[in-house]
Amino acid sequence: MTFPALTFALLAAVILSAAAAVMMFRNLVHSALVLAVALSGLAALYLQLHAQFVGFAQLLVYVGAVAILIVFAILLTRGNEPSDQVIFSPGRWVGAGIALAVFGVLARVILTSRLLAGSAPPAPAAAVKEIGQRMMERYVLPLEVMGLLLTVALIGAVVLALRERPSG
Amino acid sequence: MPPLPCYLLLAAMLFAIGLAAALTRRNAIIVLIGIELMLNAANLNFIAFWRYGPNPETLRGVLFVIFAIGVAAAEAAVGLALIIALHKHFKTTHVDQVDSMRG
Repeated sequence: MTFPALTFALLAAVILSAAAAVMMFRNLVHSALVLAVALSGLAALYLQLHAQFVGFAQLLVYVGAVAILIVFAILLTRGNEPSDQVIFSPGRWVGAGIALAVFGVLARVILTSRLLAGSAPPAPAAAVKEIGQRMMERYVLPLEVMGLLLTVALIGAVVLALRERPSG
Repeated sequence: MPPLPCYLLLAAMLFAIGLAAALTRRNAIIVLIGIELMLNAANLNFIAFWRYGPNPETLRGVLFVIFAIGVAAAEAAVGLALIIALHKHFKTTHVDQVDSMRG
């Protein structure tokens, strides 16, 4: 087995088992930490696909911010719930069946498509300089809108989670 | 280099696992984690198609994923703030116990 195929197989095993563990674990903090493992595996896969900036952005944003945010939210919403409660909702088999059906449709489309058979083209150059140039020239509007969106989301999240002051 | 269908199948499996987590778990935070897994599966699809497709020098796949990561981070922040606000009111984070809209 060639080295890229071996790394892909290892990373795929790590990502899928971590994602399955997120779904199966009873302890919420364990789920969040295993989610960080899955997201790091995905970042390594982006590095293999020659998208270096996206790989490091994934590590910084998803593992460094979103996963930590999830851990904080778990800490802030802890109750005195007994630990023997059911973790799956009553419609669990219907949900699992739907997920399986969605995967079946996707796999059928992927495996029976003739467009996808082909060898890999030479590695593209996704230098940060070119990404920045595109963002400032052609994609400047989405960039500004995303800045606005992040500001609004930040303020909104703080307002939503703010401690209510007693009136009067 | 593994062929393109390998990456697409991995993304499809990740999407299905995220969908199952969002549909079958009771805790709202795990539902949100499932949604994040689905977003990551879509991002992987975009990067794989960018790498193996024609014209990778336009950097469209990479830029789409950068913006998608930003939007997903904003959505995770707002979603978690909503869960915290719900917990303050209903004293629970189980989605099947949040069933009334009276304030």
